[in-house]
Amino acid sequence: MPSSDIIGWFADISLSDRPTVGGKGGSLGELTRANIPVPPGFVVRTAAFERFLSALERDEPIRSKVEALAAHELERISALSEHLRARVESAPLPEDVNSEIRAAHAELSRRSNNPPVAVRSSATTEDAADASFAGLQDTYLWTIGAEETLKRVRSCWASLYSVPSIAYRRKHEMPESGVAMAVVVQGMVNARKAGVMFTRSPLTGDKSVVTIEGAWGLGSAVVSGEVTPDRFVIAKITGEISVREISNKHVQHLPAPEGGVREVETPEELRQVPCLSDEEIRALREIARKVERHYGRPQDIEWAIDQLGEIHLLQSRPETVWSSKERAPVAKPTENPLQHVMKIFGGRR
Amino acid sequence: MTTTTVNATAKPKGFPLPSSLKVVAGTERAQAAYPYYMQFTKEDDDRFWFYNSMHFPEPMCVFDMITAEAAYCALGSANTRVHSLPTTLGIDYRIINGRVYIGGNGVTDPAEIQKRTEEFQKRAFFYYGNWERLFAQWKDKMMGLIRQAEAFPRLDLPEFEPLQHVHAGRGIASNHYILETYQKTLEGYFRMWHHHFEFLLLGYGAYLTFFDFCKKAFPEISDQTVARMVAGLEAEIFRPDDELRRLAKCAIDLGIDKEFHEGRSPDEIINSLKQLGASGEAWLRELAVSRDPWFNINVGDGFYHYHRAWNDDLSMPFAALPGYIANAKKGERLERQTDKLMEERKKLIADYRELLETDEERAAYDQMIELAHRVFPYVEGHKFYCEHWYTNLFFNKIREFGSLLAKHGFFPDAEDVFQLSHYELESAIVDLMTSWSNGSLPRGPERWPAIVRERKAAIAEWSKHETPPALGPVPDIIDDPAIVMLWGITRENLDTWLKAGEMPNSNEIKGVAASNGIVEGVARVVKAAEEIDRLHHGDILVCQVTNPSWALVFQKISAAVSDIGGSMSHAAIVAREYGLPAVVGTGTATQKIRDGQRIRVDGGRGIVTLLD
Repeated sequence: MPSSDIIGWFADISLSDRPTVGGKGGSLGELTRANIPVPPGFVVRTAAFERFLSALERDEPIRSKVEALAAHELERISALSEHLRARVESAPLPEDVNSEIRAAHAELSRRSNNPPVAVRSSATTEDAADASFAGLQDTYLWTIGAEETLKRVRSCWASLYSVPSIAYRRKHEMPESGVAMAVVVQGMVNARKAGVMFTRSPLTGDKSVVTIEGAWGLGSAVVSGEVTPDRFVIAKITGEISVREISNKHVQHLPAPEGGVREVETPEELRQVPCLSDEEIRALREIARKVERHYGRPQDIEWAIDQLGEIHLLQSRPETVWSSKERAPVAKPTENPLQHVMKIFGGRR
Repeated sequence: MTTTTVNATAKPKGFPLPSSLKVVAGTERAQAAYPYYMQFTKEDDDRFWFYNSMHFPEPMCVFDMITAEAAYCALGSANTRVHSLPTTLGIDYRIINGRVYIGGNGVTDPAEIQKRTEEFQKRAFFYYGNWERLFAQWKDKMMGLIRQAEAFPRLDLPEFEPLQHVHAGRGIASNHYILETYQKTLEGYFRMWHHHFEFLLLGYGAYLTFFDFCKKAFPEISDQTVARMVAGLEAEIFRPDDELRRLAKCAIDLGIDKEFHEGRSPDEIINSLKQLGASGEAWLRELAVSRDPWFNINVGDGFYHYHRAWNDDLSMPFAALPGYIANAKKGERLERQTDKLMEERKKLIADYRELLETDEERAAYDQMIELAHRVFPYVEGHKFYCEHWYTNLFFNKIREFGSLLAKHGFFPDAEDVFQLSHYELESAIVDLMTSWSNGSLPRGPERWPAIVRERKAAIAEWSKHETPPALGPVPDIIDDPAIVMLWGITRENLDTWLKAGEMPNSNEIKGVAASNGIVEGVARVVKAAEEIDRLHHGDILVCQVTNPSWALVFQKISAAVSDIGGSMSHAAIVAREYGLPAVVGTGTATQKIRDGQRIRVDGGRGIVTLLD
């Protein structure tokens, strides 16, 4: 099925579609179009949410009720939140929204070897702080079946009406008319190992290295901090692996049979074993460089390696911590180039 | 970095004091043979010293200490008086139990540093600015010195002066020329060391300037990557090894490669090549081409009289030929692919340049790497002329004096001459001159044999004793560019050594990550150059320090570990060239690792793990 104003397949969208597919969705589209191995998927565009919201508004106003609240009225916010979330999670979907998401899910199931999907909210705001305060970071892994997928899409939407989310918008007096959300539905990688990588060092900001963190099982254990991952540092240019910190990876996240993720103990004999081989580290570096070149700036990347050893990227976003720091130049050119040696010969360094 | 302030009230964390180090019982007279100015005194307890096992990994016999004497004299004068390094003067040295300890003389008074800085910029900057011209002139000077040493007359005390000397009215008898030649031999050696240090610190300093920049711009860049951006490939010091590869290929081309196999002595091989006729003769002609001058490389770093040159002992180069021949037949290219390596170097420099934040930084980077490239040919190339070629000539000349004195009964063997200090040797020569001139017996044959025996026994005894890596209070900061550059000693290093002392049971040894990769294998602890042939294929070399002639063993080993050295040390450079993991500058690997023990070398992290 083709993309529409409700559904956008990754291959058809890019970062410029951010207003309708959100940052996460746009980025996955961008990566797909750059031939970077991303599990297939689609975005439920903001229009789907807006149509749903319009349908709900016909029964009973929503936006005006939220806007009538003040940030400090926590009890009232709480009551309204409970009410609105229940509506979002249970009211019938507009027929076109319902059928298009089901159709896209069916198509994705055909295309992907792994019927389970990840459902993730995809914020349209540029500001990462806004997104996290607004509760736009929901992720539902290993979601099985169209029914469950639709339920998770609604959960993402409903998170817009969580107490912190409403309170945040009220505090910043953000108009409810601008509130929108896209939802990513992506084929799940049955990861043997997974983690994150940074195309500049999170410790020193060094742009000449790729830092890779990983552990056994799904990447959620690493992202949530429930396991101390192995850490590898590889030189971006030479491919030298300079750091191999192997940690005791005592737990891992695995798919639960009924859907979702369960935490299990890592088998004793695997805990202290490096989760990545040198070849895998080098292959991840290649992909990291490709992504960074594509975006033209340092990236934070989520990766997974499946049971067959194939690498998949699950997400990439611009690195923000070091990139926003002002740094004094290490050295400036000197009129007499020899002056530079005084740093060595001139005394305490 | 944690720092410890040295002060008199709190007992500083540190190494044993020099005064706590005792001369091994029974070797007191041998210890006393070293000149008074090399002996530790009570005042030396206030200073920090470290064991220079990089240059002097084995106990030094009394004559060989001339190398420390000449080298530190020249290093000190270059730093203190010629280039006026702002923050450091020369290096003091002491010897105990045959072990050479050295300590830097820092300058701390800001006014003095200021004064020295002004001088430095008039002097060192002139050298940098005229580097190529001065370096060309240096090579001429060095070659002149080498030719001069080669032309020293043979030593001869004939029964009667040759008649032509009488007819020519020479008027000076042969015994005078013996003394003159000895004095010129010493003079030449001291002069050579001045040449050695004419550029060295400036060269390392310019390199370190670039290194420092890279470490700030790319905090996680490896030392070896910076080294690869700077290293040249044409340096003379690589040539002896290149020549061996050339000879291996030549043997294959001439179809005589089967003559070279392990267990065959150079003499046997040369004899059978002669019998082969044209093809054998052709190879021997190529050998002669290689030998002059490239076999003037010695199996050490020029600091011990017994590290003979390949030219004096062909067994080392010949032992390597079968391996090179086998590699060539497997289809490996023997020549180092310098064009390709230069291309890689260029790309590396460009790729890192691109990662810099601003054009301003890029401009500074360009200035620094330009300077590093300008100085590096000297840094890499000088050793062949100084520590190898000239030093071989020097020790061989002293050996001639040894033969002459042995012939006159001063001691049993020509090599025994190295058990006399250079002052004592001069006295023995004057003794011999006198007896030759007045027809009486020399006194030396009564005096020297017992002393020689005693000193040889002392060296043997000392080599059984370990010695601390450092002595005295630890300075809170090591700010001596000479010590940092030449010995790679930093405050972090010392802390590691101190910690190693506190945790004797730790199964990890930390050093400098010199060449990437992880290997497990059997450690072969090689404490002297003669033991090189104990290395088997796949062994991990564990040594105090390696030098260029050891390059041969890198084709056999699977990894290298050394006590001393930084990322630009020889072991590090060669290991990278061969793609072997290496950890250098561990301080204590040869003391902690047992011969035959299984170890893991992680060259990327600089860690050696003892596995059993």
